[in-house]
Amino acid sequence: MIIPTKEKGADISRRDLLKSGGAMATVTLASGVTLMSFGGKAAADGLKPGARWGLLIDAGKCPEDCSACVSACSKEHGWEDNGLDTDPQWIRKVTLREKETGRENSLPVMCQHCDEPPCVDVCPTGASFKREDGIVLVNRHTCIGCRYCMMACPFKARSFVHEPVTDQRTDSPRGNGTVEGCNMCVHKIDRGDGTTACVEACQATGNNAMMFGDLNDPESDIAIAVSTYASVELRADLGLNLGVRYQNI
Amino acid sequence: MERITYRELRSTPKVWGVMALCAAFVGAAGLSVLYIEHHGHIVTGMNNQVVWGLPHVFAIFLIVAASGALNVSSIGSVFGKMAYKPVARLANVLAVALLMGGLAVLVLDLGRPDRLVMAMYTYNFTSIFAWNILLYTGFMGVVAVYLYTLMARGVDPRALKAASLLAFVWRLALTTGTGSIFGWLVARTAYDSAIMAPMFIAMSFSFGMAMFMLVMILTTSITRRVYSPELRTRQARLLGVFVAAVMYFVIVHHLSNIYLAKKGAYESWILLNGGVYTKLFWIGQVLLGGIIPMFLLFHPKIDTRKSYVLLAALLVVLGGLAQLYVIVVGGQAFPLEIFPGFEVSSSFSDGVVNAYTPTLLELSLGLGGIALALMIAGLAMKFLRIVPENLSDDNVDPSLLAD
Amino acid sequence: MKTLLVSVLMMAALMGAPVLAEGLLPNIPAALGEPHPEGNEFWRVNHPAILSHDRDLTVLDGIRDIDGSIKTCVACHAVEGPDAAPLTVASPEHACRTCHDYTAVKIDCFQCHNSRPEAGDWPAVLPSLGGTPESLHAYLERISQ
Ligand code: SF4
Ligand code: SF4
Repeated sequence: MIIPTKEKGADISRRDLLKSGGAMATVTLASGVTLMSFGGKAAADGLKPGARWGLLIDAGKCPEDCSACVSACSKEHGWEDNGLDTDPQWIRKVTLREKETGRENSLPVMCQHCDEPPCVDVCPTGASFKREDGIVLVNRHTCIGCRYCMMACPFKARSFVHEPVTDQRTDSPRGNGTVEGCNMCVHKIDRGDGTTACVEACQATGNNAMMFGDLNDPESDIAIAVSTYASVELRADLGLNLGVRYQNI
Repeated sequence: MERITYRELRSTPKVWGVMALCAAFVGAAGLSVLYIEHHGHIVTGMNNQVVWGLPHVFAIFLIVAASGALNVSSIGSVFGKMAYKPVARLANVLAVALLMGGLAVLVLDLGRPDRLVMAMYTYNFTSIFAWNILLYTGFMGVVAVYLYTLMARGVDPRALKAASLLAFVWRLALTTGTGSIFGWLVARTAYDSAIMAPMFIAMSFSFGMAMFMLVMILTTSITRRVYSPELRTRQARLLGVFVAAVMYFVIVHHLSNIYLAKKGAYESWILLNGGVYTKLFWIGQVLLGGIIPMFLLFHPKIDTRKSYVLLAALLVVLGGLAQLYVIVVGGQAFPLEIFPGFEVSSSFSDGVVNAYTPTLLELSLGLGGIALALMIAGLAMKFLRIVPENLSDDNVDPSLLAD
Repeated sequence: MKTLLVSVLMMAALMGAPVLAEGLLPNIPAALGEPHPEGNEFWRVNHPAILSHDRDLTVLDGIRDIDGSIKTCVACHAVEGPDAAPLTVASPEHACRTCHDYTAVKIDCFQCHNSRPEAGDWPAVLPSLGGTPESLHAYLERISQ
């Protein structure tokens, strides 16, 4: 952990500094210097190397009138859709009607966490980026709000925050003038919950239309499911290798 | 035949009046920006479906016109049409001014313009957008050098030639880059086309020449200087050729789209039942921005009718704005195809044409960009020796004009 | 420069606090937890660097056990407002603002981050509004132990 200190003009480790400092000798620093704990213990810290987090969505099990996943996401991340064109939607329910046959279908659409994300390619500042575990995020610290990523995304997965926000969820900061989208509940993944808010909600309804897991772990339910049953990715013609796959569209 | 002399504009009420008018527009744009900054983009017409709106139309127009304006001077030095040389300085100044106006609009419309400087530290080199930033700043530098070689005394003509050639190549790259901003959006039916880049180059020739002629006519008439009718006519005919070239690319673009089955729906929408976009296309872009200017510019009496030239150049600018509106906004209004073969509906405007109604804020920001460009050019003309004083037919060598 | 100013002010606070406190110095509300082991001086000077360093650990690499976590900052430095809820940064008494207003440094964080703990996370005891000479005294005493 390198902290630049202006006084010495050189990078020194803060923990080294603490060890050498006499004034704070009384304090044990075994578990870092977090002062207060508000319940919950940080599990394995940092992202899981080699993982590729993904979702598998079974449109056949997703009733048209259910939007539990959408409400759960809105609550988890503190965004609100009041029906305006300027309101954010990290996840939405889309109703499909096959032109030839008239068969109707319904499914949720969110950021597909592309392996080759166009949003990342076009972002001028690198604010759009892909974590090593495949989750595509917007680093709001560097996003300048140019909306080029929204132009580039083939799935309308992103929203621009059009007005000042207050009282955000502490685990999901979001603010005016920056772009946002599904982050696969990265705070939950990092703390080891092993699921996302939408998947939890979907399972709670009993529909079980959504599954979350590590596509790269051959033992995981999701990897077994996609290797056993047919599933597709949206706009496969674009060759983006999506982290979200669908069944029974 | 006298030697061409360049002189600063004199301080006349008219000159300052035009400047004050420009300043008023720039001020209004500044207020709009502050208002948008404070309330967020919710006060504009832009939304989550149409994310780039009227400011981007103006910004892209100005940027494209900037590289085109430079062309006027390239014709003189790169292609050896010496008759154009007396206006080369103005062309260079105008190119930089237009680029600054366009970039100002683009930057001020960002969600977080305050972060722009910080964003420079975190460059993403795969982004065509980031490349464009380099192209734009480089353009200003190259043009500045070129202008210096034009204005300084005793510069080796070979240096002038080299600088002008570099500027010309750079401007081609710049327009290609601007066109590619759209060409790279593979997911959007309206944009995914290789013809976008050459079309933007043709557009830049046309818009840049039109802006140049407007500024030239305005400046010479308020300062009572002469704009050689001979040269004006040459440029007008050339503008006519550029307008025709743009029309040609537009036709090829649409025809090739119609040929591609997957783009048929988009084409029939934009050409036949796209509502305001269809009207803007046929009336704004094709009729006002194409057919009428061509008629005026190729008119046999064009050499004696300054008003025709003025009107045609104005129409080219308006038609250009209409064309960019159709490309930028129309391209986003058309529903994104996520599920081919399905009819779709959702709470997030899936499957429907997206609505966008620009507000006065966006318009004032866009017009402010044009005003800023004119103001910068005006100040340069006021304080530097840019505009020729005696550009009469007698002083333009007619033998050099012949192509 | 900023660093120097803050340090000078803090030295002044430690030596002549009672006199200076009322008029000249910001009223920094006491925090809830144990004092920073590195000392307040360290955090005053380095918190911007630590926060921006650690935010990259979290955002880019998912490391959440960090020292400079705004979530923890606002929880520990929460101050009770008139409605018994923690103050938001809209109030000049908010812990961050007391100093930032004083030094006229704009805070960007709370355009995106919540400036107080979430409703469910409100600490049981909140220090009430600072601003009295006594509270400042108590605070200075604690930090100078
Ligand atoms: S779905 Fe859109 S936002 Fe998500 S990674 Fe792909 S391009 Fe980016
Ligand atoms: S809006 Fe933000 S994330 Fe999107 S391309 Fe621009 S800087 Fe990148």
